[in-house]
Amino acid sequence: MGLFFAILGAVCAALFSGIGSAIGVGRAGQAAAGVTTDQPDLFGRVLVLQLLPGTQGIYGLLIGFITLSQIGVMGGSATALSTGKGLMYFAACLPMALVGLISAIQQANAAVASINMISKSPDQFGKSMIFPAMVETYAILALLISILAIFGLSSVAA
Amino acid sequence: MADTKYIYAVARVRTHEKDLLDAGFMDQLAAAKDEHSALKMLYEHGWGSDGMKAEEIFSRKEDETWAFMRELLGDISVFNVFFYKNDFHNLKAAIKESCIAGTHPGIFAARGTLDPKWIQDKIDNRRFADLPESMSTVTREATDTLLSTRDGQLCDVIVDAGALRAIRAAGKKSENEILNRYGELTVATSDIKIAVRAARIGKPLDFMKMALVPCDTLDVKELGEAAARGEDAVFDVLNRTPYHADVDILKKSMAQFERRCDDRLIEAIRPQRHNSFGLGPLAAYILATETEIRSLRIILSGKRNHFPEDYIRERIRLTYA
Repeated sequence: MGLFFAILGAVCAALFSGIGSAIGVGRAGQAAAGVTTDQPDLFGRVLVLQLLPGTQGIYGLLIGFITLSQIGVMGGSATALSTGKGLMYFAACLPMALVGLISAIQQANAAVASINMISKSPDQFGKSMIFPAMVETYAILALLISILAIFGLSSVAA
Repeated sequence: MADTKYIYAVARVRTHEKDLLDAGFMDQLAAAKDEHSALKMLYEHGWGSDGMKAEEIFSRKEDETWAFMRELLGDISVFNVFFYKNDFHNLKAAIKESCIAGTHPGIFAARGTLDPKWIQDKIDNRRFADLPESMSTVTREATDTLLSTRDGQLCDVIVDAGALRAIRAAGKKSENEILNRYGELTVATSDIKIAVRAARIGKPLDFMKMALVPCDTLDVKELGEAAARGEDAVFDVLNRTPYHADVDILKKSMAQFERRCDDRLIEAIRPQRHNSFGLGPLAAYILATETEIRSLRIILSGKRNHFPEDYIRERIRLTYA
């Protein structure tokens, strides 16, 4: 049962962060396409903004990988875990799962606004990057706490 | 929660907003020495091409705006609230064409939701029930009135009230803040104009009941009763409404009040410049273009008739850009 919860945690981290990123990149992509239709020369700049909400999906995947390798599923050496330790892994994955989902969507909203901003003022690209990038901070914090928790669990008895 | 349905459309509108005229350009136009110079400035700004007349340029600009909206949305029925004034204008024209002998070419307005010929056919054959619900009762009433009294003005009042009711209902039905505000402001400012004008020429209370249309920001019963008593009574009532600041403007001139109404609408839609989601920025772009054309029409007509620069300048509307 412990192994089940640990795998569930890894799946949740990749799943929810991936969903958030898919929604976010899609949303920003619509705005990017709108701007590029009339101003094709802005393609490079809007593409960068479109990709920003995609990072949460990568962070979720990373947490999933680390969790699976820590519990031995990736190396084919999976051993039975106690329910308590499985739940601990699950809890360790939750920051990335939840913050990944929400921050990707919110970052997309900021990216859409920034894409609209550079459609009117292309020379403001630098500033327009800052606003969605600020949201990234919280995804990174969640990534950090999930990583620390997962690695910390390796020293806890099974 | 962000309305994500129109993200692509809003992004394209943002690009097109760069071509909207700003207050500085309007000032330059107002300072042009004559209509020819003003038109030349417009050509250079991408409006029309050499030799085009003002109305041709405006008509083309309106066509381009609606073609752009059709390209973005496919179905533009969400903006029907903007077309109702043309539909009801066509309805008035069709009723008169049907009840008064002779044909009068060029009486119908373009850009309605209904084909004017279809409206004409329904009226000619007295098939009022086939018309949309907002028009059928009004048409019957206006036609009967015109046939029995031969009073074209009374017929206009009935149809105009119907148009305002339709605009208000469409604004509310849209559940969009901007379209709802447009409907409310259109009805409220029309009610105010009707009340003041009616009070000035001493129209009776029965006329007010027919002409004034209920809205959220005015008590039309109170306004109508005040209009029947006189202009000062109307101003007293308006002083207790959100339009209290307009009383001084109304006392000066109706043209100034009309400018104030357009400016109020522009002030209401200006926050949409910073909104990346929803229908609001699209509706705001349409209204901005319409107001821009209104200002240009005033400037060019003023230049054509050799009006002083200050006279023209004080009638130029606020710009969205």
